[in-house]
Amino acid sequence: MQLVRRAKRGDDHAFEELVRRYDRNVFRIAQHITQNREDAEDVVQEAFLKAYSNLEKFQEQSKFYTWLVRIAVNEALMKLRRRKPERTVSLDEDVKTEDDSLPREVADWSPNPEQMYNQAELRDILTRTIQGLPPGFRTVFVLRDVEGLSTEETADALELSIPAVKSRLLRARLQLRERLSRFFQKKGSGDGDQHTSGDGEQ
Amino acid sequence: MKCSEFLNELTNYLDGVLDARTKSELDDHLAWCHNCYVVCDTTRKTIEIYRDSELYELPDDLRTRLRSAIMNKCTASKKSQPPGS
Repeated sequence: MQLVRRAKRGDDHAFEELVRRYDRNVFRIAQHITQNREDAEDVVQEAFLKAYSNLEKFQEQSKFYTWLVRIAVNEALMKLRRRKPERTVSLDEDVKTEDDSLPREVADWSPNPEQMYNQAELRDILTRTIQGLPPGFRTVFVLRDVEGLSTEETADALELSIPAVKSRLLRARLQLRERLSRFFQKKGSGDGDQHTSGDGEQ
Repeated sequence: MKCSEFLNELTNYLDGVLDARTKSELDDHLAWCHNCYVVCDTTRKTIEIYRDSELYELPDDLRTRLRSAIMNKCTASKKSQPPGS
């Protein structure tokens, strides 16, 4: 918080240190949401510039990083909307989705699934798989499970309720798991067992 | 416990935020329900794989360029503000 206070008093070196501290995280979040390298670069610049310009409005009850993430997510969603004007992109768009992410069939994975592919192949699989998630699910998953924000911090950054974050996180995790199963299931395990819960299908 | 009830608690279970009694009920379910065990185990692996994947790392040269651009824009924005604002 010391750096933030110095930056607020006009110390640009302190602000540059904040950029250095968080630029990698903001870039990762931006690229996960926009799925576009140029857009992610723009988001990083715009998010830090907005943070700089509005620093005096930052209330120190929340963490600077959470506040910065909120700015970056909003910038990234705006980019996505511009790129996909035919659809409305918002964090609420998936609310109506019912039990579509509950497991349909269950195939066990190889003991070390990430070793079944070389690094480039694995990267491609992971990228394509997460790209298939709706932005609202993707964003929650990235903040919670990749960036390690708490549920409360994620809710704060996305201006969502805690139950909404939890619900999206569950669906995101289950959808990713199901999609990855196609690549990681044990050889010879066929199509997997039918899940017996009867809880709906994807 | 039904599988659907287990799945509803899966995120809390994986995040270790359940009270002891609920956790114990989920453990009991996992002990006999192979499918839920597999879903739980592979969901945990899904999270680990993404956490360790280092997708979208910021390359050093781009990082330097971006930081320089950010600081230039910040300085310019400060200069463009009227005095006393």
